[in-house]
Amino acid sequence: MVSQSQSQPAEHRPVYIVDGARTPFLKARGRPGPFTPVDLAVQCGRPLIMRNNLSPDVFDQVILGCVNVISEEMNPARVAALRLGMGEAMPAFTVQINCGSGMQSIDTAYKYIRDGGADLILAGGAEALSHSPLLLQQNAVNWLADFQRAKGIGSRLGSLTRFRPADFKPVIGLERGLTDPIVELNMGQTAEVIGQLFNVTRAQADEYAVSSHHRLARAQKEGWLENEVVPLISRDGKMYTSDDGVRPDSSVEHLSTLKPVFERPYGKVTAGNSSQITDGASWVILASEEAVKKYKLEPRAVIADSYWSALDPEIMGLAPVLSASELLKRGKFSLEDIDLWELNEAFATQVLACLAAWDDADFSRLALGRDEPYGRIDREKLNVDGGAVSLGHPVGTSGNRIVLHLINAMHRQGLKRGIATECIGGGQSGAMLIETL
Amino acid sequence: MTGKLYSALKARSVELGPFKDAPAATGHWKNWQLARDAQGVAWLLMDKKDSSVNVLSEDLLQELDEVLDSLHNDTPTALVLRSAKPGSFCVGADIKEFRHLNSEEEVASKLGAAHAVAQKLVDLPCPTVAVIHGQALGGGLELALCCDYRMAVPGSTVGLPEIMLGLHPGLGGTLRLCQLIDPLAAMTMMLTGKNTRDKKAKSLGIIDQLVEERHLDNAIEAAIEGKIKQRKSGLRSSVFNIRWVRSLAAKKMRSQAAEKAPPQHYPAPEALITLWEEQGGSARTWLQEEITSFAHLMATDTSRNLVRIFFLREKMKALAANKGSDGPTPEPIRHVHVIGAGAMGGDIAGWCAVQGLRVTLFDMQAETIAKAVGKTADLCKKKHLSKADTRDVLDRLIPDFHNIGVAQADLVLEAVPEKIDIKHKVFADIEPRMKPGAILATNTSSIPLEQLQEGLKDPSRMVGVHFFNPVALMQLVEVVEHSKASKETLARARAFVGQISRLPAPVTSAPGFLVNRALTPYLMEALVMLDEGMAAESIDQVALDFGMPMGPIELADQVGLDICLGVADMLRERLDNDMPQTPGWLSKKVDNGELGRKTDAGLYRWKDGKPDKKQDPPKAPEDTLDRLILPMLNACMACLREGVIQDADLLDGAMIFGTGFAPFRGGPMHYARNRGYSDVKASLQSLEQLHGERFAPDSGWEKEPDDD
Repeated sequence: MVSQSQSQPAEHRPVYIVDGARTPFLKARGRPGPFTPVDLAVQCGRPLIMRNNLSPDVFDQVILGCVNVISEEMNPARVAALRLGMGEAMPAFTVQINCGSGMQSIDTAYKYIRDGGADLILAGGAEALSHSPLLLQQNAVNWLADFQRAKGIGSRLGSLTRFRPADFKPVIGLERGLTDPIVELNMGQTAEVIGQLFNVTRAQADEYAVSSHHRLARAQKEGWLENEVVPLISRDGKMYTSDDGVRPDSSVEHLSTLKPVFERPYGKVTAGNSSQITDGASWVILASEEAVKKYKLEPRAVIADSYWSALDPEIMGLAPVLSASELLKRGKFSLEDIDLWELNEAFATQVLACLAAWDDADFSRLALGRDEPYGRIDREKLNVDGGAVSLGHPVGTSGNRIVLHLINAMHRQGLKRGIATECIGGGQSGAMLIETL
Repeated sequence: MTGKLYSALKARSVELGPFKDAPAATGHWKNWQLARDAQGVAWLLMDKKDSSVNVLSEDLLQELDEVLDSLHNDTPTALVLRSAKPGSFCVGADIKEFRHLNSEEEVASKLGAAHAVAQKLVDLPCPTVAVIHGQALGGGLELALCCDYRMAVPGSTVGLPEIMLGLHPGLGGTLRLCQLIDPLAAMTMMLTGKNTRDKKAKSLGIIDQLVEERHLDNAIEAAIEGKIKQRKSGLRSSVFNIRWVRSLAAKKMRSQAAEKAPPQHYPAPEALITLWEEQGGSARTWLQEEITSFAHLMATDTSRNLVRIFFLREKMKALAANKGSDGPTPEPIRHVHVIGAGAMGGDIAGWCAVQGLRVTLFDMQAETIAKAVGKTADLCKKKHLSKADTRDVLDRLIPDFHNIGVAQADLVLEAVPEKIDIKHKVFADIEPRMKPGAILATNTSSIPLEQLQEGLKDPSRMVGVHFFNPVALMQLVEVVEHSKASKETLARARAFVGQISRLPAPVTSAPGFLVNRALTPYLMEALVMLDEGMAAESIDQVALDFGMPMGPIELADQVGLDICLGVADMLRERLDNDMPQTPGWLSKKVDNGELGRKTDAGLYRWKDGKPDKKQDPPKAPEDTLDRLILPMLNACMACLREGVIQDADLLDGAMIFGTGFAPFRGGPMHYARNRGYSDVKASLQSLEQLHGERFAPDSGWEKEPDDD
């Protein structure tokens, strides 16, 4: 079903992606990392704007995806814009559609420019999952409120007697955030659900995860990420140059020893075949034809189409099949017409379930209204340089990263047309059709 | 961050009572405006004529006397005292007038008159409220101390910096501050001369309330109605009413003050401590003693020389502001690109970011850039910058791993290794990429600019901008010209130095420029003494006794022995003079990597950034001081004669702000002048006979200088 707002106007202005950069993705190691979401966004944005020889204040606006906004940085887009020196007159807003936020920022910018409302937009994603807060339980909050309201020694002592240490066991904010409130399933559980529905085995998932690590390790070694990843520097003078969750020596033998984390003891989804919890930011510069001419920019790609879909939250991991298939349908493409894919690796099981769904006659009829399934996507065209399993999934950033990396990988291989898509907690997905220039 | 709009609107926020609606001047005074509001509250605005800031000049105080007489005759409901200048309340006495005061008696009588005016303010029968914004320093703060209440707008600073001029407060401040707040805190403030920021001033009790402009009207009303509780100085202060308690505290103050400023060179701290210790029995005698003591201090050479330094600094600031030059005001530098993130480059970049410039920093070694960022974060901590300010500094300091900033910067500064071929290569790479009109600056200390500019398409944009180590502490920057540098380039480079709160010294591209050329013979002579078997500690002590902030041996270690010897070799080669040869053991030390402080071993052993010195070294021979100082003076004279620097004043300023040359002596040329050129020459000649040709006096000593 195509809603009015998502239909493509017959005539529209081309929208270019000029350049993009991201920070290394840094694995959360049990305590807040050295950078907040906006710190990451600033360190990523400064060299990007500079290397395109743009003055920071010439942009029309800034759009940033961020899910776990920290309390010191409400509307991180605006905080980042000001810290990037883009001027007090720079409009900036933050978008949040959970795991799709970084792509939502690009899509919003794309539509503003396409429809003539803007010419030059900085669109990104930023997330510091290591900074997600420890929360108080509701009982503890109530007790504190009573205690603070208590006047006089007597009533203070009274409320002290009602103190229950157990109430003060903190709740990990991130764990809550990764649980669907409607169906009360953790994201990992939704992967277990679709894994079973499409017969994904533990061995297949582990094998997939190993290849993700090997692919990323190869890309790092070959220097394929050099233009994409800009180093971070912390206040103690330490430099972070590359994604640090990668395990070049990863093996199926090792991964098979890990215990399931979401559905113990029989589940198939482990820490080893799930995306990693990381901090990172990514930006791309979007421009109209006029802006390209005015600022002598060299666009690398054009956005051909985009689409958002939704389905049952319990099977959220399958949603990319819906949105990406809509792009195929609107462009009258077969799988062969798409040169390269980025499908965000929330879980190895979930990626494999999507691949199986495209090749599943029942699913095609039911979900896509097609008599014939699309078939199998060639693994050599999918996530060719690894993905969230090996480099991590800073939730609000990933959607931006996959669009950026799709462009870079297509340029490297001399390819024309690609799709970037991700599943979104809550049962949604976004997909973007990109053509290189 | 404040943009165009808020900047424009901000002027509206200033609370000026009755002047807000009718800003026309009232009364016939040149430096004061007086008006009453509907409630009969008089507002008195200090507005020094033809000046951007308020200073307590003689005529301003005379007029204040008249104003106060009129208020005594027709007492208002209350008096509000405020500055009409947008930047500050009052920055203190008019130091220009100091130079025309000759005798102690004259000072004492002028000061007595000023005290009488201050007393009239104290004696006004109505409530008095001083409203402070920006700075209230010296006499400015002392005037505010005469009021019943002090309100300050956030961002204000107060201070009594007289000690920096070899004086102590002289408008009743020694008494009134000690009465108002904890006397130990008051004495610390006056003995260090350090400024106190808004919140600290409030917690000390100097300021009654810290109030935004938008609430001043209510705050003033509350003060007038007596609704503001003032801090009582309390038990802790009353303890110091006991004489022996004061003496005990004074003893400690003396020893602490002596560490920073030896009393034989700096008499003011002792005078201030005595003033407090004696207390004269009553407020009236204390005030009288203050006048006497102040007048006495003002007549000392130390104070005169420190006042002289104040004006040397003003002179150098004026050079930075290009005052009196005919050309157009240079465009300010907004973006600096630094090439080379080593010790100097990294620190220069960090300093520029702290000073509010956008900075890109490139180095071939990415790790070196990262270290420079870390060091800048440390500098922010040392400077007690707020969390937000630190963040902004680090956001402005942009690591540039690909040297892209070259194309966007208004000024590109190279701080790459001192090898001419490396620098030429850098220039060849960056010149075609630089913005039209951008400045190409070199931080070289030893390569002639005439050679550096060879091969440049547009040498007129090149200039030397030579910083000193450590960048965050040394105020001097040599701005080095060469035959092809354009006037505009030089003016803009000086302005840049001013922009980053440093003092420019324009010099020619002679070997070693000024500071290194003058300093090196001094350091080398110390090394020769070391070679002769003198103890390092003994040599250093002679320099310390003279008033240097650090002895030459420690300084050599601090600068780095490799660098010292490198500069010495260069000077020996290019100047063709008789600089002493480097002792063989010293070259060996350098080859072994014992380079001084940075390697924890050099001429001293270093631990935690401090040299390990032996106590009570043997006394150095009588002629040691002349052997150290005279070669330096000789080099200074040569520089002056050759026109390396424009005049003796600038030379003195450069040596004081670039090397810390004993400030109370007023600079090397001032010292030579006091000593007499003929004496300098004769002393050099006798050293020449004893120690060799390197002491041969410069021809410039032949003629005694003209009088000031």
